[in-house]
Amino acid sequence: MSEQIKKFLYLNRRAPYGTIYAWESLEVVLIGAAFDQKVSLAFVDDGVFEIVKGQDTSESGFKNFSPTYAALGDYDVNQLFVEKESLEERGLSIDDLMHLTWEDEDEDWAEKDSIRVVSRSELSEIMADQDVVFSF
Amino acid sequence: MSELHTVNKSPFEKNSFDSCMGHVLDGSAVLLYEDGVYAAIKGTAMEGKVTSAQGVKFYVLGPDIKARGIDAARLTDGIEIVDYAGFVDLATEHDKVVAWV
Amino acid sequence: MKLSIQINEGPYQHQASDSAYMFTKAALEKGHEIFRVFFYHDGVGNGTRLTTPPQDDRNIVNRWADLADEYKLDMVVCVAAAQRRGIVDEGEAERNKKDATNIQPQFRISGLGQLIEAAVQSERLVVFGD
Repeated sequence: MSEQIKKFLYLNRRAPYGTIYAWESLEVVLIGAAFDQKVSLAFVDDGVFEIVKGQDTSESGFKNFSPTYAALGDYDVNQLFVEKESLEERGLSIDDLMHLTWEDEDEDWAEKDSIRVVSRSELSEIMADQDVVFSF
Repeated sequence: MSELHTVNKSPFEKNSFDSCMGHVLDGSAVLLYEDGVYAAIKGTAMEGKVTSAQGVKFYVLGPDIKARGIDAARLTDGIEIVDYAGFVDLATEHDKVVAWV
Repeated sequence: MKLSIQINEGPYQHQASDSAYMFTKAALEKGHEIFRVFFYHDGVGNGTRLTTPPQDDRNIVNRWADLADEYKLDMVVCVAAAQRRGIVDEGEAERNKKDATNIQPQFRISGLGQLIEAAVQSERLVVFGD
């Protein structure tokens, strides 16, 4: 059983800061990265706000955890699906998001984008293909 | 793979139901429970969303409609009532459970 | 079938713990195996023995504890979430120099890896939240 590899999808639908869900779910992703499962993250609904660039909590008294998303590539977490419709509904485009990358060991550590913008119907298919969907 | 989607929030308060409906595929099931049961009532703005979903089977948790004073006769046509044992059956009969919390 | 349960909310404020309890109980009564019940976010609040609801209300913590006794349930409270919210066992009290503990004995405090392991080992993960 311990040898089996499952497809895990972390479904992020919450904005950061207003509640702790986004931060604590990111902690699960980091711990989970040690388990050698096939991991991807989906940013849907207000979840797209989690990876907006320029987050600055210096005047709000809590920790800015957004830099952690940039570290995900180092944990071999490099499949970040962002839903196109969720972005557009919120007046955002990919240019408003942090530039998240990973280095591909198989291609001489070439830097590649972790974020892939997908349509709602593509994301539905991606979700259907998973073994486990984590919701927070 | 077929999925069981669960919605536990009122569609009049949160977008969980709408978001779920946007991602549910033909052959999957949606279980409405807790305040999610308010999406199951006939004559609401949600009725059309339920009746127009092609190939999606809807269920509502009986104890949760009863607790909220919702008579079975007020449910949108085609929605089946299950108890907790039925909820367990739905979770095991589908390949996975996706919670729209 | 082997199932695991994830609970994201504390008792009373949300129905999540009630729903999860009813689901877990029904699954056990149908002969399914519950590999683990994992309490995360404010869900860690389900694990304090100091909960004292009015007598005419259900005792959510005791109800979980009784179910655990009956079926030998593995009920895990996430350590990181518990530390933030003041859910403490003896080990944690010692480590963090706290003068008291409040964990209900049928629960144990452990790491997030327990949630991942539950998802790997179980055929279904069912999440209850807000």
